[in-house]
Amino acid sequence: MRVSTQRIEVTLETLLESVDLAEDITLRVANAVGFDEEQGYRIGMSVREAVINAYSYGNNQDRARRIFVVFELLPAHMVIHVRDQGAGFRLEDVPDPLAEENLLKTSGRGLFLIRSFMDGLDVTRPQSGGAEVIMTKRYPASRAASPAGASEA
Amino acid sequence: MDLKATNRDIGSATVVDISGRITLGEGSAALRTLVRQLLDHGRKQIVLNLADVNYIDSSGIGELVSSFTAVKKEGGELKLLNLTKKIHDLLLITKLFTVFDVHTDEQKAVSSFTS
Repeated sequence: MRVSTQRIEVTLETLLESVDLAEDITLRVANAVGFDEEQGYRIGMSVREAVINAYSYGNNQDRARRIFVVFELLPAHMVIHVRDQGAGFRLEDVPDPLAEENLLKTSGRGLFLIRSFMDGLDVTRPQSGGAEVIMTKRYPASRAASPAGASEA
Repeated sequence: MDLKATNRDIGSATVVDISGRITLGEGSAALRTLVRQLLDHGRKQIVLNLADVNYIDSSGIGELVSSFTAVKKEGGELKLLNLTKKIHDLLLITKLFTVFDVHTDEQKAVSSFTS
């Protein structure tokens, strides 16, 4: 893991354990930049769901592939990128889990939860390949103006 | 903490006290195995007591749905008891609160089975 004040990069193996690890790191970062426990839970679950997507669908549980997580600590908000090495997908192609015909499906709620818990969600197909889930979260009002406290995560 | 569960038979109903996490991997798999074993033993009136489940992710939600439909397919009913606030909120935003029969009183949950 490479750490600087404004940017934290983590490379994960495509392993089930990476899901918990990504969430643990996220909780530390969220706490360090001033999010309370409830907001930390929501941000942590969002990253968890993005990494589950990368692990299960993007990288198809192929251990040779990697999952890249980047935290950008910007002045007013945090941006979190989760990129896999799969075929990529378009957000608009993901079925609505709230549609009557999808309510009893056993999967397909991860991106919906991210959208519910974060302020912004986008999915891109970077030139380097794969899918990149980009999530944004505004800092709490109680937080100091400049990013701080993330020198270690 | 991984998922732990103990069963209590109350008449024709089985109350399953679950604690820990229902998440991708062992937690979800353990719940799946548990419900399938109950069905194999003819226990089709199942109450999942989730009071001590401190975390659930989308895989865990999916497993609850899978259990619900598996029990229903066998002619039984699966009910939920004592949701934590986090699970309550997750079921609300995913519209599953209207799908599951959710209770806060064990006795009422057990007596609510239709057959």
